[in-house]
Amino acid sequence: MAEEGESPQETLISSLPPKMQHSFFGRIFRPLFEESKTLTGIMTWLGVTILIGFIFVAVAAPFIAPYDPEDIFVGERNESPSIDHIMGTDRLGRDLLSRVLWGSRTSLLIMLAAVSTALSAGLPLGLFSGYVGGRIDRALVVIMDSIYSFPGILLAIALSIALGKGILNISLAITVIYIPLYFRVIRNHVISVKQELYVEAARALGASRWTIIRSYITLNVIISIPVLLSINAADAVLTAAGLSFLGFGLEEPIADWGLDLGRGQPFLTVGVWWTSFFPGLMIIILTAGLSMLGEGLNDLINPLLRKERS
Amino acid sequence: MGRTSSLSAYIVTRLILSLPMLIILLTVVFLVLRVLPGDPISAIYGGRAPLEVVERARAQLGLDKPLIVQYFDFMRAILVEPFARLLHLQAPTPDLGYSLKYTGQTVWSRVITVLPGTIELTIFGMLVAIMIGTVTGMVAGSRRDTPVDVGLRMYGIVAYVIPIFWLGLMLQLVFALWLGWLPPNGRMSGEFPKFRTGLYTIDSLLEGDLTKFLDAVSHLILPALALGIVISGLFTRIIRVNMLTTMRSDFVEAARARGIKERVVIYKHAFKNAMIPVITVMGLQFALLFSGAVLTEKTFNWPGMGTRLLTAITERDFPVVQGAIIVYAIMVVIASLAIDIINAFVDPRIKY
Repeated sequence: MAEEGESPQETLISSLPPKMQHSFFGRIFRPLFEESKTLTGIMTWLGVTILIGFIFVAVAAPFIAPYDPEDIFVGERNESPSIDHIMGTDRLGRDLLSRVLWGSRTSLLIMLAAVSTALSAGLPLGLFSGYVGGRIDRALVVIMDSIYSFPGILLAIALSIALGKGILNISLAITVIYIPLYFRVIRNHVISVKQELYVEAARALGASRWTIIRSYITLNVIISIPVLLSINAADAVLTAAGLSFLGFGLEEPIADWGLDLGRGQPFLTVGVWWTSFFPGLMIIILTAGLSMLGEGLNDLINPLLRKERS
Repeated sequence: MGRTSSLSAYIVTRLILSLPMLIILLTVVFLVLRVLPGDPISAIYGGRAPLEVVERARAQLGLDKPLIVQYFDFMRAILVEPFARLLHLQAPTPDLGYSLKYTGQTVWSRVITVLPGTIELTIFGMLVAIMIGTVTGMVAGSRRDTPVDVGLRMYGIVAYVIPIFWLGLMLQLVFALWLGWLPPNGRMSGEFPKFRTGLYTIDSLLEGDLTKFLDAVSHLILPALALGIVISGLFTRIIRVNMLTTMRSDFVEAARARGIKERVVIYKHAFKNAMIPVITVMGLQFALLFSGAVLTEKTFNWPGMGTRLLTAITERDFPVVQGAIIVYAIMVVIASLAIDIINAFVDPRIKY
């Protein structure tokens, strides 16, 4: 039975079996529904909406784009926005709106590939380093910190020289920059969780090293991953766009925001602003949405911040 | 032991500790450019050059030697060579080889001549970021959960995710193209001041030439704004959070209890203390700053290390590409060392 004054969401959550309330998803979605009226909650939901919007556009691009992104309208080069071409046309006479819509597909693909590889390398490394401790841990920290202190775009440029262009290679080049981020956060989290009483208790009860890592540490540490993921995703989109802008990312005729922006740059001086403006605007909306999601989740999930606020 | 002697001991320790960082960074550069499956020389030639051209370039650069030999040659040229040159009473510069494109020019001279451009840009960008970041962060942090705070928090998030090149292009469009107030790109329109520091604002002042100074400043405004606004987003967020914590601390409460005006409490008590951690965080942002500078340089056609690196890549000048990246690595190490030392001076809580 729902208690008086509970919102429908709370009723929904409290009617879940206790196990699910405390599960990974329960811990994320509970505060998300509970605090949907607070500022942080609104910000988080705005971020979620933006992300879902872009996923929808990326999936539905072939159906909602008015033209093929690679179709060239001869004699309609650098046309300013009009009814036929809402965002205008680019230097080759391609419809910019269609390219921008298709570009969300490219961005999300790179984001997905880069973030998941960085996570799958950084998470185990961080868990291992934090749990083992000692000299290996110290060495790994110094190495990771050094890589992290190096300008990311330069590392990505160097990697893309070595690896070549294309979505997969670019994602890989970006991945390497972000492994230290996951490593650092996960490792520090592990170090603090390791000293908790319940881990001590598990060890005293004779739990094996593997059990402790899997059931006690990992399950506690993964709660910080959604926050990391969304912040990292925003960064990955920006870095990929930067690489493409500099000419080391993707190659024509792929519809990509950074690439379109960079190729439009020379025409800015003759007043062609739309080829730079709209792709950049898309980057900002997507990354701002991801950042709001990350920041909001951090406030909602992070138990220390929660305690402080109440 | 006096404070000065232990401070110098601290500096020496930090200096020694920054060596492993440099070695790791150089190793990463080596691994990326020489060991990864892709071959930079053929990649840089785009697979279009005849085999013997590629082979000759590789031999000239010592890339045909075994990797381990290459690695030690590479490290020796950067870490040991400066000291060897110092012994011969030469300038202690690393040996980065010769440019392939500009025969007879050393890579070091190609890179070092454009270094001041990058430094000037990053200094002014940082100034803009600090100015905007402190004001917005302080205001937001002292008016928690008010509409002003919410608005500035949004500013913090959005400013940080604006692609620098996009902001730069829009600034160019509005202020250079439409309004015509400022030059769109480059470092100077008129004559360059005599090369002293390479920072044109300072060089022109040393010359006492106000026209050149204004010329240099007017070229700096837009790039510095583009770089500074984006980084200010991060500062807004950090300073806001620090203000929130400091505003709740006992000494602020005590100041209020003594009847000190809220304005004075915010500026004199809370703000000064909230700034200390910011310096540390600033030290960690050099990576961001240099990344941003590369993009800003490209956007504004600003002669600096970033543009030199990018042209070297298109000119297929591998030694310069490698050299520029190495110099960036050295700068990162020096910058983080400098921040550590500044921190030790500013924050009395640091033990050394």
